[in-house]
Amino acid sequence: MNWETALPLLIVLSSLIPGLIIFFLAEKQVVARITLNMAAALIKLALVGVMLWGVFHGHHYEIRLPFLPGLDLVLRADPLSMLFVTLSASLWLATTVYAIGYLEDSPNRSRFFGFFSLCVTATVGLALAGNLLTFVLFYELLTLTTYPLVVHRGTEVARLAGRKYLIYTVGGGALLLLATVWLYTLAGTLEFTARGFLSGLDAVHYPALIIIFVLLIAGLGVKAALIPFHGWLPQAMVAPAPVSALLHAVAVVKAGAFGIVRVVYDVFGIEFAASLGVTLPLAILASATIIYGSLRALFQDDLKRRLAFSTVSQVSYIVLGVAVAGPIATIGGLVHLVHQGVQKITLFFCAGILAETLGIHKISEMNGVGRRMPWTMAAFTIGAFGMIGAPPLAGFISKWYLGLGALDAGQNWVIFILAASSLLNAAYFLPILYRAWFKAPPASWPDERSFGKRETAWALLAPAVITAALTLGLGLLASMPYSPLEWVRFITEQEYAP
Amino acid sequence: MSGVFLYALLGVGLFVLGLYALIIHAHLLRKILAINVMGTGVFLVLVALAAGNPDAPPDPVPHAMVITGIVVAVSATALALILMLKVSVATGKNHLSDSTRD
Amino acid sequence: MTGDIVGIPWIVVLIVLPLTGGMACFLFPTISKSLGLIFALAIFTAVVGLGWQLVEQGAQRYAIGGWGASLGIDLYADGLSLLMLVTAALVGLGVSVYSGAYFSREKAKHFWPLWLLLWAALNALFLSADIFNLYVTLELLGLAAVALIALADGADALNSAMRYLLVSLLGSLFYLLGVALLYHSFGSLDIAILAQRMEPTPAVWSAVGLMSAGLLLKTALFPMHFWLPAAHACAPAPVSALLSALVVKASFYILLRLWLEVFALTDTSLGQLLGLLGATAVLWGGIQALRQTRLKLLIAYSTVAQLGYLFLAFPLGTNIAWKGACYMLLSHAIAKAAMFMAAGNILRFCGHDRIADLDRIAQRLPLTLTAFALAGVSIMGLPPSGGFIGKWLLLEASMSAGQWWWAVILILGGLLAAAYFFRVIGYAFTRAGLTHEVGVVPARMEWAALVLALAAILLGFISPAALELMGIGTPFGGERAG
Repeated sequence: MNWETALPLLIVLSSLIPGLIIFFLAEKQVVARITLNMAAALIKLALVGVMLWGVFHGHHYEIRLPFLPGLDLVLRADPLSMLFVTLSASLWLATTVYAIGYLEDSPNRSRFFGFFSLCVTATVGLALAGNLLTFVLFYELLTLTTYPLVVHRGTEVARLAGRKYLIYTVGGGALLLLATVWLYTLAGTLEFTARGFLSGLDAVHYPALIIIFVLLIAGLGVKAALIPFHGWLPQAMVAPAPVSALLHAVAVVKAGAFGIVRVVYDVFGIEFAASLGVTLPLAILASATIIYGSLRALFQDDLKRRLAFSTVSQVSYIVLGVAVAGPIATIGGLVHLVHQGVQKITLFFCAGILAETLGIHKISEMNGVGRRMPWTMAAFTIGAFGMIGAPPLAGFISKWYLGLGALDAGQNWVIFILAASSLLNAAYFLPILYRAWFKAPPASWPDERSFGKRETAWALLAPAVITAALTLGLGLLASMPYSPLEWVRFITEQEYAP
Repeated sequence: MSGVFLYALLGVGLFVLGLYALIIHAHLLRKILAINVMGTGVFLVLVALAAGNPDAPPDPVPHAMVITGIVVAVSATALALILMLKVSVATGKNHLSDSTRD
Repeated sequence: MTGDIVGIPWIVVLIVLPLTGGMACFLFPTISKSLGLIFALAIFTAVVGLGWQLVEQGAQRYAIGGWGASLGIDLYADGLSLLMLVTAALVGLGVSVYSGAYFSREKAKHFWPLWLLLWAALNALFLSADIFNLYVTLELLGLAAVALIALADGADALNSAMRYLLVSLLGSLFYLLGVALLYHSFGSLDIAILAQRMEPTPAVWSAVGLMSAGLLLKTALFPMHFWLPAAHACAPAPVSALLSALVVKASFYILLRLWLEVFALTDTSLGQLLGLLGATAVLWGGIQALRQTRLKLLIAYSTVAQLGYLFLAFPLGTNIAWKGACYMLLSHAIAKAAMFMAAGNILRFCGHDRIADLDRIAQRLPLTLTAFALAGVSIMGLPPSGGFIGKWLLLEASMSAGQWWWAVILILGGLLAAAYFFRVIGYAFTRAGLTHEVGVVPARMEWAALVLALAAILLGFISPAALELMGIGTPFGGERAG
C-alpha cells in the first residue's frame, strides 16, 4: 500500500478510530476526550490539506476493496470530492471546539462525541466515494450515526423528532438503494465518471432511466430537504446546537445536495440528463423549495426553526445551480455548497450561544441583545447578510454566478426566483438584526449565565467569529488562487471540457 | 386393484383420519394419539409399497425405515406425554390455552 | 501437515463430536459447563477443518461403514452444507459462551446435553445425502428443541413447547409420507440418485406437495407461522437464539436441497407460490412485529418476516438469487442470535421486556444496546452488514429477471424492519425514572452478544470469499444460470 492508496483511507480512519475509542472513555476523562477530539480534527485537516495539494498537482488518490461480485468499495479523490472533504474537515474542527464548550458538564458526552466523530467519518466517506455503492453505504451510515445525536437529549420531544427524522431518511435511503440496484443491472457499473456512464445505453432503457433519476433525486432529496421531503428538518432542531450546526451546514443536508450533484454530473452526465428532459423539472422543484422555505421562515418565532427553514431554502440553490445546466450556473451552485455551509454554521453557532448564555430561544426575546453580546451578534449579522447575498460577502458570489449562469443558459425565469428569494431572505433576517441592535434590552434575560467580563465562553465564541470572518474572506478573496470559487472553476472546466 | 394398493390406500386413510382428529380434538392425549395414528398410516404405506411384486421377496429398505420410524415415534410420544402432564400440572388444563395473542 | 488435516474424515467427526459431548455432559453434570464449552470449541475447529478439506479437494462424499448409496447411508458435504455448518458453528459457539453464564446450575445440567444433541442433529442433517436420514435428523432436532423450550419455567413456555412438538411431529409425518412415495417411485433414498432418475409423475407431484407442506410448516412460512412467535418468545434467551437462528433454518435447508437437486422445479407456479407466501410473510411479520409491546415477541415476529425473504429466491431461481438467500440466511442467523441474547440481557437487567419501559438502557447497558443496534443494522439490511449483501444480491437477481415486484417487497421489508427496530432503540434513549430493581448482567453475556453482532456486520466485508466457499461443488447450478 503506497501513499496514494493510503491517504483516502487515512482521511476516513482519522475520525473513525478516535470516534470508536471515545465510546470507551469514561465521562470523567475530559482531558483525554478533548485531546483525542482535537488531535483527530487537526490530523484530518492536515491530511486533507496534503490531498488537496496533491489533487491540484495531478496526483491520483484511490483505494479499492472488493465488496460484492463485480463491485468494489472505492474511495477516490477528485476535484469535486475535495471541495466537500475540505469543507467538512474545516467545519468539523470549528464545530468540535464549539461542541466541547457547549456540552461542558452535560451528561453522556462520550456517547455524543463518539457519534459526532462517526458522523463526520460518514460525511467524509461520502465525499470520497468513488462509486454509487460506496456513496449509498456512507449515506446510510450517516443516517445511523446522526440519529443518536438528534435524540441525544432523551426527552419525549427528542424521541418523536428522531422518529420523524428516521421515517424520512430511512425511506429516502430505501429509494436510493432500489434505484442503485436497478441502475447496476442496466449499466453494469456504478463508477462515478466525469460526464456520466449512461449515455451509451440503448434508447429502450430511457424510460427506466427517467424513473431511476426520479428515485435517486427523491432518495437524496430527503436529506437535501427538497419539498416535499423537508418535514424532518425543522423538527430535528431539538438536537443540541452543535448537532444542528453540523446537520445543516455540513453533514446531512449537504450530503443530499452533494449526492444530487454527483448523480447529475457523474452518473447521468449533465448533457445526457438534459437530453432526457429531467433537469428542468429538477430546477423547478429547487425553485419551489427556495421560495417555500423562505416563506415558511418568515413566520417562525423560534430562532432555530427560522434558521432551519432558511436552510431548506438555501440548500436548494445548490440543486438549482446544477439543474440549470450551464457552466456558470454550475459554478454558482457548487460554490454555494461551501458558502452556505460557512454562513449557516455561523448562524447556528450564534443561536446556540444565545440559548446557552442568555436562555434566548425565540426571536421575540432578542431585543437589544447586540449590546449585551456584541461579538456574537456581529458574527450573526455577517452570516445573515451573507445569506441575503449582500456584497462583498460569500453569499453574494454564489447568487451572482447563479444569476449569470441562468442568463447564459437562457433560463431567465431563474433571475426572478433569485430576486424574490433575496427579498424574502432580507424580510426574515433584517427584523432579527433590527431587534438585536436597535431595540432596548429587557430588564433581565430569560436564563442568564455569567462569564465574568467576557460575553460568553471562549470555546463558543471563537468558532463563530472565525466562521464569520471566513464568510467575509470567501467573498472578498473569491478570485484568489485556491479559493473555493477558483476550485469550483477547476471542477467545472473538467465537466464541461469540449 | 391389488392387495398392495389396498393396504397403501388404507395407510393414507389412516393418515387422513389422524390428521382430522388432530385438528378437531382439543384434548392433548387425543392429539398425541392422533399423531400416532397418522404415523401408523405412514408406516403402513411404507410396508405395503415394499411388497411390490408378489413373486419377488419384499424390499428390506422400507422395513428398516419403518423400524427406525417406530423408534422415533415411541420417543416422541414419550416426550409428548410427559410434556402433557407438565402442562396439566402447570395450567390445570388438559388442552392448550391460547396465549399467542399477547 | 496439510495432508494430515485434509486426510481426517471431518464429516464424521462433525457428527460424532457433539454426540459424544452431549453424552459426556449428561454423564458428568457437575462439569457440564466446561465440557460444553470445550466441545463447542472442538466442533468449531472441526468445521474449519472441513472447510479446508472442501477448499483443497472439492465436495466430499463419505459412505458410512463402506456400504455405499442405495443400501447404506451416505454423508455429503459441499458449499451449501458448509454454509449451514459454519452458521451453526458461529451461532453455537456464541450461544455456548453466553449460556455458560445464563443458566443456573440446576438448569445447566439439562441444557448442555440437550444443546449438544441438538447440535449433533443439526450437523447430521446438514451432512445427510439421504432423504430418510434427513427425516431422522429432523425428528431428533425437533425433540431436542422442544425439550429446550420446556426448560423455561411457567405455563406459557410449556404450552408453546407442547404446541411446537405437535406441529413438529405433524410436519415430519407429512415429510415421511413424501419420502415413502419417492422411494416407491425411484427405488432410492439418495439425493444424487433421485436427481438422476427424476420424472414428473403424479406420485412425484404428490410427494413434492407433501414434503413441501411438512417442511414449510416447520420453517414457519406464512401462514403456517402461528406456532413460532410464542415458542421463540417463551424459551430461555439462548434457546430462543438457537431456535430462530438455526432450527427453522434446518427445515429450510432440506427444502432448498430438495428443490435444487431433486425437484428441479424452478420456473413453475410452485416457485411463484412460495415467493408470494414469502412476500406476505415479509409484510405480515413486519407489521405484527411493529404491533408488539414485548421485546421478545417483536424479535420473534421479525424472524417470521426474515424467513419470508429466503423464499423470494424460489420464483427467481438464479444462481445469484440462491446465493443472496443463503447470505441472508447466514447473516440473519447470526444477527438474530445476537438480538435474542441482547434481549435476554435486557430481560435480566430490567426484569421485564416491555418496550415502552426500556428507559435509559442506552446509558446503563451500553454494550448490550450496541449489540442490539448492530444486529438490527444487519436485520434491516443496511450496509455494510451481511444482511445488506444478501439483500443486494436478491435485489439484483429480481431486477435482472425483470420481476421488480420482489425488489419492492425487499425494500418494504427493510422499511418495516427499520420501523420496529428503531421503536425499541428510541425508547432505550429516553430518560424515565427508575421504577424497578436492577438485575446484574454478567459481562460474558454482554460480550457474547456484542461479538456475534459484530460478526454479522463483518460478514458484509468478506462476501467475495464467502460466496466462493458457498459455491464449492456448485450446489446452485452453474454461473451462467445467474
